[in-house]
Parts: sequence; C-alpha cells; structure tokens
Amino acid sequence: MWSWVAHRVTGIGIFFFLFAHILDTALVRVSPEAYNEVIATYKNPVVGLLEVGLVAAVIFHGFNGLRIVLVDFWSKGPRYQKHLFVGVIALWVLLMVPFTIRHLSHVFGG
Amino acid sequence: MTTTIPAPRTPRRLRGRTNTELYAWMFMRASGVLLLILVFTHLFVNLMTGDGINALDFGFVAGKWADPVWQVWDLLMLWLAMLHGTNGLRTIINDYAERDQLRLWLKVGLYTATTITIVLGTLVIFTFDPCPPDAAADLLPSFCSVP
Repeated sequence: MWSWVAHRVTGIGIFFFLFAHILDTALVRVSPEAYNEVIATYKNPVVGLLEVGLVAAVIFHGFNGLRIVLVDFWSKGPRYQKHLFVGVIALWVLLMVPFTIRHLSHVFGG
Repeated sequence: MTTTIPAPRTPRRLRGRTNTELYAWMFMRASGVLLLILVFTHLFVNLMTGDGINALDFGFVAGKWADPVWQVWDLLMLWLAMLHGTNGLRTIINDYAERDQLRLWLKVGLYTATTITIVLGTLVIFTFDPCPPDAAADLLPSFCSVP
C-alpha cells in the first residue's frame, strides 16, 4: 500500500517539474541569454539539493513502475511482489549513492 | 461519481461502454517501460557525464540537438512523459475530486495545460536555431563560428 502511495506522490511531483522543465527549455527559442540565465538557477546549491530529491523520485517511480508491470504481466509477479519491492529499494539505493556523490560534488565543487 | 452499472448479459452495443480505460492502462505500462530507458539515459548524459549540471547552457542544448538522434529522443520523451503524466493525473483527479463540477474543471485545466506544453515543446524542437544571428558568439556552440 505504501509503494502505491509513494508511486502517486512521486508521479505528481515529477509531472509538475516536467511542466517547469519544458517551459525552461523552451527559452532556447527566446535567446541564449534568457536560457542561460534561467538554467543558472539549477546550479544553485539549494536547487541542487532539490534535484537530488527529484532524481530520487524519478528512480523510485521508474523501478516501482517496472515492478507494477511485472506484477501485472508475469505469472509469478503477484506472489513475489514484496521481494520485487525489496529489489526496487535495493536498485534505488544502488543508483542514488553514486548519483548523489557525483551531483553534489558538481553543485558544491563548482 | 455516479456510475450506473448495466445489468449482466446486456448486449455490448447497449452498454455504451468502450475499451478506453483498457487502452489507457496498457499505454501506462508500455510508455512507462520506454520512459524508464529514455529518462534514465537523459539524466545520465546530462548530469553524470563531463561536468554534469555545470556544463548545461545554450551551447550544450544546441550541440545535442545538432544530432537528429537527440532531437527524436527528446521529442519522444516530451510526448510520452506528458501523456503518461496527464493520464496519471486524470486517474488521481477521478479518485479524489468527488464533486462533478470540480472534477470536470480540473480535467479541463489539465488537458489545456498538457496541450499547450506538448505543442510548445514540439515547436521548440523543430524550429530551434542553434546559431541565432544576433547572439553573442561566446554563448553559441563552436560550430556556429565556422564560415
């Protein structure tokens, strides 16, 4: 049940970011200056931390989505749904550790 | 929501039902698997390789979109992610907005925002000029300076 709640919450969060991200990318059509100025906010340390949260949400939503597909289409999926959830969390940690280290060293290391 | 469930064994043509929800359900799974590949690669290339987020600027985008593969990549990601997210939000609106009027207007707002965003994003990808004539040369990708 909590994976279902987390899937909804991360989905809504990612969707609202997606709107902002399409609008900021659209600024390449205005001018290089306008685009660069807005993209500079993504390099700010506070926003950099939010990006770790965003990527955490994307990775969870992606792997948990794959788990949903397996539960729906793999004959043994429903029986192993809890094991699959452990797998989702394991893969999430496996990707989040190197991402967080590298991304934060970009954001804080200049 | 008031949904009338037709009597069992009512002929299909009298039920007034379609398979739209089944197709939406299938779309979520198919687009989800594709988006996993598209988005994870997008994040890896833009945030993990080279200088990561510090390398992102107009020149970076222009350099990427000089390659048709990334144009198609971003176009696919735009359409699939927007439709996947819109369908997800539609489900959530249906679940939690109990008043008919509220549900209707939330969906009108959602579909309007989705249409505007998809059209805008598509136009940007197809009409993008990597070397706008009046821009400072140091902001542009290196291939612009080649005469």
